[in-house]
Amino acid sequence: MDKQPNPVLLDALDPLITALRIGGFRVVGPTVRDGVIRFAELSSAAESPTGWTDAQEPGRYRLRQEGELVFGYAASPDSAKRYTHPPRTTLFRWDKGPIEPEIDAPPTALIGLRACDLAALAVQDRVLGGSAAYRARRAALFLVAVDCATPSAVCFCTSMGTGPKAEAGFDLALTELSEPHRFLARAGSERGAEILAALPHRASAPADLAAAADVTRTATARMEPRRFELDGVKEQVAAARTSPVWEEIASRCLTCANCTIVCPTCFCTTVEDGTDLSDGAAERVERWDSCFTFGFTELGGEPVRASGAARYRQWLSHKFSTWVDQFGEYGCVGCGRCVTWCPAGIDLVEELERLR
Amino acid sequence: MSVPKLAVWKLASCDGCQLTLLDCEDELLSVAAKVEIAYFLEASSFKGRGPYDLSLIEGSVTTEEDLHRVQHIRRVSKHVVTIGACATAGGIQALRNFADVREFISVVYARPDYIATLEHSTPVSAHVAVDFELRGCPIDKRQLLEVLSAFLAGRRPVIPEESVCVECKERGNPCVMVAHGTPCLGPVTQAGCGALCPAFNRGCFGCFGPLRSANAATLAGLPGVTRTFSDFQEAR
Repeated sequence: MDKQPNPVLLDALDPLITALRIGGFRVVGPTVRDGVIRFAELSSAAESPTGWTDAQEPGRYRLRQEGELVFGYAASPDSAKRYTHPPRTTLFRWDKGPIEPEIDAPPTALIGLRACDLAALAVQDRVLGGSAAYRARRAALFLVAVDCATPSAVCFCTSMGTGPKAEAGFDLALTELSEPHRFLARAGSERGAEILAALPHRASAPADLAAAADVTRTATARMEPRRFELDGVKEQVAAARTSPVWEEIASRCLTCANCTIVCPTCFCTTVEDGTDLSDGAAERVERWDSCFTFGFTELGGEPVRASGAARYRQWLSHKFSTWVDQFGEYGCVGCGRCVTWCPAGIDLVEELERLR
Repeated sequence: MSVPKLAVWKLASCDGCQLTLLDCEDELLSVAAKVEIAYFLEASSFKGRGPYDLSLIEGSVTTEEDLHRVQHIRRVSKHVVTIGACATAGGIQALRNFADVREFISVVYARPDYIATLEHSTPVSAHVAVDFELRGCPIDKRQLLEVLSAFLAGRRPVIPEESVCVECKERGNPCVMVAHGTPCLGPVTQAGCGALCPAFNRGCFGCFGPLRSANAATLAGLPGVTRTFSDFQEAR
C-alpha cells in the first residue's frame, strides 16, 4: 500500500467476524477448549477467550481467569501451521489410473496471530513456497494479527527480532487497549483496508497511539530477563558439534517429537503409500514427521541418527545454524512453544547458552 | 493366482485382538474377498487345511503345548505375523516373569495341581521367526487392515515407530501432561491407537508398548508419573 492511513478504533470484534464471514471466509480464532487456548471456527466474539490468560513455563501450561482482555494470553499450542501445512495431505491417488487430488484450500480468516506467528509464516513461505498446494492454502488466508501484550515466561521473540509488535505480513493488525476496552486497528493490505473501512469505527487520537506503544513497551520489558545475543549463535552452535552438552540434554530428552510438531516452522514430512484391500486402489499421503522419530533417518532398515543426542543436535543445529545456510535466516521465531510443550521441560534458550 | 489362505491362531490371550478382525465390519467382506479365511476358530468351527500364506498369532507362549503349536504354525505358514501385546511381548501374563508362578497359581486356583504352565510367558518371537509384530492391547483395526493389505501387496506395512505424542498433535489434542498435569506414558509409547486416551483427557497407559527409543527413566522422574504407579503398588 502506498499510503499508511491512520489506525482507527474498533469497539468490538463481532462486526469484523461478521464482515469476514459475509466475505466468504470461515473465521478461525482462539477459544478455550480442554484447558488450553485453541484455534477453532468462530461464529461470534462470544467464543473468544475473553478474561482468560495463561501461565507458561518449561513443560507446563495452565489457564486462569484474569483481566478483561480478549487476547490476554501468549502462544497457544496451535499455530498457523495446521492451516498452511496440514498434518496429513493426499499427494496422489491411483484407481485404475492416476487421480490428481483436489487442493483443499478453503478461504480462511485467522484471527489472533502474533508477530511470532507472522514471522513463522514468512519462514514457511521461503521453505514451502515451491509447493502449489502450500501456495493455494497460503493465498486462501486472511490474517488478522494482534500485537502481543502478554508474552509468557518462555517467550523470546525480542531476541529473535520477530516481535512483539506485528510489523508486516498481515491484512489487519489490532492492538487491544484497556480502560476503556477498545481495539486500535490498522490495515496491512488493500483488502484489509477495504474491510476496515466498512466496519463501524472511530478515529484514533494520539492518546490511543501512545497507549498502543505502551503495550509493546510493556511486552518487550516482560521478555527482558530472557533476552540473549543472537550474533554468533550460528557459528557457535556449529562449533559445538562434539560438545558433551548434547549427551547431557539427551539424558533428559524423551525423543517424543513434541517440540518439532508444535514448532510453527518445523516442516518435515514423511510420505506413506497405502494400498486398498478391495479394488487395487492406492494412495500416497504426506504426513508430519520429525527429526526425533526413528523412521526419519532410516536407511537400509536402521536410523542414521540413532542416539537421542544426535537427534537433539540435529534439531537445534538446524534451527540456529544450518537453517541459515539453507534459507538465509533462522528457523526459530522465539514463540517458546517447544519449551512449554516439552513434557520434560527442556528449555532451548538455556541449552543454547550452555552450548555457546 | 490362487487366493491366499489366512489362518488366525490363539495362544494365551483374551481374544480381543482376534476380535479386532471381526470388528472390521465394513472392510470384512473386502478381506474375505481377497483371502480364504481357512482357519479362524473365533469366527467359524471350520478348520481348513494348511499350508497357509499368512498366519496371525494372538497370545503368548505359556504352556508346553503352546511351544509345540508355534513350531507347527511356523512350519505350515509362509508368513507369520503376531498380533497384540501378548504375542509380541508376553502380555500381562508376563508379570509372572518377575515373580514365582507357583505362588500365583496357589493363590488363584482352587486346585493348583490341575495347572500345567511354564515359568515364563514369552513372545512368539522367542521361539520361531516372526515376519512382523503388530503392537497393541488390543491391536488397532486400521493397523491390522494395513498389515493385511501390505502382505497381500507384497510390501512392507506402514506402521510408524513414533511416539503417541505425534498422533496426539496430529489429532489436535492438547498435551494432558503439560496442560493438565496428568501423568501420561505417551512420550515413551509407540503410536498406533490414534492417541485415543489423551483425546478424552486421560493419560496414555502404554497399550502399544515401549517406543524404540523410549527414555522411560526420564519420564519416570517427572512429577506425578512415578507417584501414580507407586500408589497402584501400595493399593495392591
